[in-house]
Amino acid sequence: MKRSLTFRLPKGKYWTIGLPYFWLLLFFALPFAIVLKISLSTAAISIPPYESLASYADESLQIMLNLGNYLLIFEDSLYVQAYLGSLKMAFITTLGCLLIGYPMAYAIARAPKKNQGVLILLVMLPSWTSFLIRVYAWMGLLSNNGVINNFLMWLGVISEPIQMLNTNFAVYIGIIYTYLPFMILPLYATLSQLDGSLLEAASDLGSRSLNTFWKVTLPLSKGGVIAGSMLVFIPVVGEFVIPELLGGPDSLMIGKVLWQEFFNNRDWPVASALAIIMLGLLIIPITLFHRYQAKSMESDL
Amino acid sequence: MSRLSKLSFSTIMLWAGMFFLYAPMLILVIYSFNESKLVTVWGGFSPKWYGELFRDQQILDAVWTSLKVAFFASTMAVVLGTMAAFVMTRFKRSWGKITLSNMITAPLVMPEVITGLSLLLLFIHMADLFGWPKERGMMTVWIAHSTFCASYVAVVVSARLRELDLSIEEAAQDLGATPLKTFFYITVPMISPSLAAGWLLSFSLSLDDLVIASFTSGPGATTLPMVVFSSVRMGVSPKINALATLIILTVSLIAFICWYLARRSERKSLPPAM
Repeated sequence: MKRSLTFRLPKGKYWTIGLPYFWLLLFFALPFAIVLKISLSTAAISIPPYESLASYADESLQIMLNLGNYLLIFEDSLYVQAYLGSLKMAFITTLGCLLIGYPMAYAIARAPKKNQGVLILLVMLPSWTSFLIRVYAWMGLLSNNGVINNFLMWLGVISEPIQMLNTNFAVYIGIIYTYLPFMILPLYATLSQLDGSLLEAASDLGSRSLNTFWKVTLPLSKGGVIAGSMLVFIPVVGEFVIPELLGGPDSLMIGKVLWQEFFNNRDWPVASALAIIMLGLLIIPITLFHRYQAKSMESDL
Repeated sequence: MSRLSKLSFSTIMLWAGMFFLYAPMLILVIYSFNESKLVTVWGGFSPKWYGELFRDQQILDAVWTSLKVAFFASTMAVVLGTMAAFVMTRFKRSWGKITLSNMITAPLVMPEVITGLSLLLLFIHMADLFGWPKERGMMTVWIAHSTFCASYVAVVVSARLRELDLSIEEAAQDLGATPLKTFFYITVPMISPSLAAGWLLSFSLSLDDLVIASFTSGPGATTLPMVVFSSVRMGVSPKINALATLIILTVSLIAFICWYLARRSERKSLPPAM
């Protein structure tokens, strides 16, 4: 039966796959090839600000591949530190989101069926409002004369304001705050599918609840943990807005450096090389995420 | 499970987490009614910043630009995303399907700076080779937003397509409907809630995007997040608080209406005995 359905779509079938395929090939895949190309060119003061790779003169085609941009990145400790800073930031915030998000997702999945919809709506609602606005909210909270400092001083806990805005601490808070819903959603999706009778069986067999959690619940929700973690980790590595608004001069992250290279220094080849290396670092997490996501989207025909 | 387990560690974490998610926004809303220009000092209740907001022509223009881009981008994203979701759920495994599924999931996690940079370089190359797009502006932002929003639509719609009973579509085709007719008369009505959800999600994603728009936009097409960002960079301003309050209010209202409608239609579809 299923076979007959797919077989009867001769021309329409090619259109259905062709249009999104062509669109994504042109506007998603091809641009990466161009970034790779620009990353191998030499910066120049012109419009656009780089020299073309191939030149044709005196009946000879010359292709110049400039590896200087990559060498520059590996030699300059600023760039290396920015990559390491981004990876560290992404790792810690992913862990933070997981530690806060897992119990929340678990509580929602265990709540009465009729309340689950409202609870998940409440978790997702902040992520539908503006991302920028939510980062901005923390600027007002964390600043030296902000709500938190004023409150602590009023309580008498501190006598003078603590510097929180423009530090790495603020960036951690801001990232965990904005990315938490993206961790909770996939966790909830797997935890709500969990068969309750397995937990009952474990407890009937004398397993303590903590033991059941480690041996049954956590392994069964592995897919959600991976998807949620990747959904946080990968975008955070390239994050620009949060370190720019909440971070200080010492919160070095690669997204911010790339932005500055591109917009402030107008060095497009170096910015492209930075993007290519970032992509290289992220290829394993992206593949992991793709495997989970494709499995949950495709159905096996 | 016993009654006692209701006040477990996870329930406490849930409410603490909710507090963490909502307290900053609540404080933002309260301070939008602050008389004082110093955002952090309470100077009495006043709605004057809302008046200021509506007199700021730059912000109003940016809102209009953003709404237009978001409308067209989410519409295109629904078309592309639904087709991709259809391929993912209804087509047999093939080389084409595997590459498509790679290309549709990657934008979900791709760092925005990479997407933005790569699209800008593409547009510059295209202008160089074909003379199109002549200049960057709303058109290029529309293309960029349609592309990444299509992925989100594909996720939402494919979840619904997977749940559908294939036999209804098969029955229609056995009765002689063409695949196109089956799709529009049978499949679309059944997946319409997820099409609406995908459209709304794309709309909010497009309205919210700063990084990709900054890369792909040109002169004359400044979106709202770009205006907000350049203002916020200078520090906290009560006008932005007022704008934020309006955004939060609108989103909450739309989300509540959608949730209410979804719940009502769910109840209706249940048999009367229940």
